[in-house]
Formats: sequence, structure tokens, C-alpha cells
Amino acid sequence: MQIPKSFLGFKRENGRAGTRNHVIILPVDDISNACAEAVANNIKGTIALPHSYGRLQFGADLELHFRTMIGTGRNPNVAAVIVIGIEPKWTKRIVDAISKTGKPVEGFSIEGVGDIDTIAKVSKKAQEFSIWASEKQREECPLSDLWISVKCGESDTTSGLASNPTVGNLMDKLEPLGVHLCFGETSELTGAETVCAKRGKTKEAQDKFMKTWSSYNDFILKEATNDLSESQPTAGNIAGGLTTIEEKAFGNFQKIGSRKFIDVLEPAEEPTKGKGLYFMDTSSAAAECVTLQAAGGFNIHLFPTGQGNIIGNPIEPVIKLTANPLTAKTMSEHIDVDVSKILSREMNLDQAGNELIKSTIKVANGRLTCAEALGHKEFVMTKLYRSA
Amino acid sequence: MFANRRLIYKFFASFYYEIVTMAKTDIIIHDKKDNVGVIVIEKVAKGQDCSCWIMENDSSSKVKSEAEIPLGHKIALKDLEEGDTIIKYGHDIGKVVKSIKKGDHVHVHNVKTKKW
Repeated sequence: MQIPKSFLGFKRENGRAGTRNHVIILPVDDISNACAEAVANNIKGTIALPHSYGRLQFGADLELHFRTMIGTGRNPNVAAVIVIGIEPKWTKRIVDAISKTGKPVEGFSIEGVGDIDTIAKVSKKAQEFSIWASEKQREECPLSDLWISVKCGESDTTSGLASNPTVGNLMDKLEPLGVHLCFGETSELTGAETVCAKRGKTKEAQDKFMKTWSSYNDFILKEATNDLSESQPTAGNIAGGLTTIEEKAFGNFQKIGSRKFIDVLEPAEEPTKGKGLYFMDTSSAAAECVTLQAAGGFNIHLFPTGQGNIIGNPIEPVIKLTANPLTAKTMSEHIDVDVSKILSREMNLDQAGNELIKSTIKVANGRLTCAEALGHKEFVMTKLYRSA
Repeated sequence: MFANRRLIYKFFASFYYEIVTMAKTDIIIHDKKDNVGVIVIEKVAKGQDCSCWIMENDSSSKVKSEAEIPLGHKIALKDLEEGDTIIKYGHDIGKVVKSIKKGDHVHVHNVKTKKW
């Protein structure tokens, strides 16, 4: 198959390209959700991203909160941003960092004003942004403007046999064309960690991976009060035939094909070493992982599932594929790409990879994913520890 | 018109023949070193003679199932003793905690992780 050289995206002020054109209303903290949601309800063409945190966090946990907020606003799938916080200081910090992309961004704080007047004021600005963004047209962008993140969920043995290798096949074909790629799920590489570390392109990347994995594993073992066999693999994984975390990890690992990663990213960190594959230190919970990858700047997501995970993200379209013929049948409204014919050997990996590339480009051009059409907008912050 | 119909019929008949005579795969094995395979049909019945496809070297083998095993679950390709290692993808994926006969269902009742 001749791989298309371009897609139709939204060119942004900083040279990146988006596959979507969202105007987001971003609450800095939990108590500003009501205001953000009221504004999004008033002004069509905007979406609020409510979440549960942002108060009394400190240290690395607070830094991660800021990185996630800022990264979400910076993502090229976002045309313009409104930030609403209870206090002006943290709000301004987020506004200033997003504004470096050159996109329209404005911050508001509620203290001393109240919800009602804030909602009125913010709605006027949101209307201006929404109408401005609606004039943006899709333009031809090189394929290398795609930043593709991957994460699998509700995996079963069909994931390791077929849907994850399909993603790996796509990576093997698209990496040479200059796209950015990202995989994560630190805990779900347990059992395959030494094999995964060897995929680091440099000694530095390999060591960084082992350090990241070891610290996550130490944390898990420290917090575990009993055998983790029921959390990893999950009940869904076990129903699908996965027996151990090692088996799950080797299946998971098929997603990167034969690629090597050039760097290890902090959660929500934007890559800076150019095109190629990155590993991001993330939780293996689907919504948390995709939220962090979107905050890292990735603009389209591939999500292989076995038993049928239904996740979506508010700003990064999530394309789902499955190789489980029962899931493809019983949960068809969630499945964008059915590769179950690999199991009956009516389709090979090369053909499946090509199908996935075609679907990825269609979605990049604007076709809604199943999750988008169903209204899945899971925006979930990762919290490292208790607040002060 | 009639001739056309006959042509169409012949075309579909040959297509159908290809499908029914193609070796059906019941079990896929990732690597030739693996001692388990994965059921890829809705289920295998107890006593069923199953056809296996080994992905790594595109070869075939046979195994007789000793239990009903559903889609996605694993079948033992040889007898395994307590303490033995389960190999899948050519790698260690856990240890046997209850002896397993060739053709048995391999899952959480007889295999455990070595990690936690």
C-alpha cells in the first residue's frame, strides 16, 4: 500500500498541527468546575474539562498537575483556551505557559467576583473564541505532523496475538516517515521490563527506563497489602484468558513493533528530541494514561482492546481496534477497526496494519471516532500522593 | 443472461471450495519454544483434535484437547510439573503451581506469576 504523505489538519501558530479544533474551558481546580461547565453550556463550540484536583497539592504532585493543565492547553487539537481558577496566581501560571504557543488564551479567577459574574464575563470571551475558531479551515499537513500515542485496555490474549501487533505494524511503517510515537503503562511492562529496556536506542535511554520502571515497581510493592494478582491482570483480563502480569506485559509490548525508543518522558512531558518513539512513565489506567499522553502533545490515539474498553478523551481522538471476534460483534459501537480476521488467518498483519493506517488518516482528517460519537470525554488527572 | 449466471455461480462455488478446504486454525502459538497455545475459535470441546499454527516459523502441529477451553484461553502443549515455567512469546510468563497434562486448560487455577 502507498502510505499517504499528508492529512488535513489545523495548522497552529507554533508550527504544530491539530486533528481537532477544540475551544476548551479549563478549570484549574475542582471548585471551579461548576463555573467552567456553566460557560460550556452557554457557549456552543466549547467544551469544559472538569476534574477532581488542583487544591493544596505540593511538590512533584503539584508540578504534574501544572504540567497536565498546561500540556492540555498547549495540545494542537486545541484552538483556544479559557482557564478558570479560584485564585489568580495559579491561573496565571497556566495561562502564561499556554500562551507561549501563540494561541488565544485568557484566564479568569472567581475569588472576589463569584460564580455568576464570572460566568457572564467568561461566556463573552468564550463566544469570541468559539466564533474565531469556527473560521479555521483544515489544510494539507505532512504526515510527520501526526503525534500518535498508544495504550491498550481490557486486554486479553487476542490483544497480544493480533491487535497489539497491528499497532506495532503501523509503528514500523510510520516511524520512518517522521511521526512522533508514544507508549506508556509502566506497571504493565512488569515481567517484560528487561526485554523492553533493551529497546532503548541509547544506553542513556535504557538506564532511564530501568530507573523509571524500578521506582514504579518499588512503589507498587510498598503499597501492596496483599497479592496483586487480582488487580494485575484485572478480572476482565483473566476472563479473556490472561493469567499473569508477565503474559500481559509481553502482549502489551507488541504495540511498539520492532521500534526502539529514543527517550523516557515524565508523565505529561512534551518530547523534545524530535521524531521517533518515546516511552512515557504513566499509570496503566486507560483514562489517566491517555490524559497524560494528550498533555504531552500527542494528537491522535490508537487503543487496542480485547474484552472491550470504552474509553475516549475530550481533546485527543481515540481509535479503538480489536481482534476479539466476540467483542467486535457484541460491542460494535465502540470498535473503529475490526482485525479479528487475523485470528482466522483471513487477514495478515501487513493488511491489518494498512487498515489501521487508513483509519488513522481518516480520523486525523476529521472522521469521528466511535468514542467521540458516543460522547466519551474521560479527562482524568494522575495524582501522585495525598494533598497537604 | 443465463451464461452470466452460470459464470457467477462458478465463481462463488470455487470461492466456497477454497474456504471449506483451507486448514482451519483452532490454536495459535506465538513462538516455537512456547509450551502453551491460545484458542482462537469460540471454544474447543473436550477430546477435540485441534490444529495449531506456530506464528514464528509458519509451521503447523496438532494437539488433542483434554478439557473444554474458551476463546482466548491457553492449552498446554506438553505435560508440566509443579515448579515448571510457562513459556509464551518465547519468554517466561509464570510458574506452574499444580501439575498440568498435555491438552489441559492453563490458567489462574494452575499457573501463578513470579512477580507478586
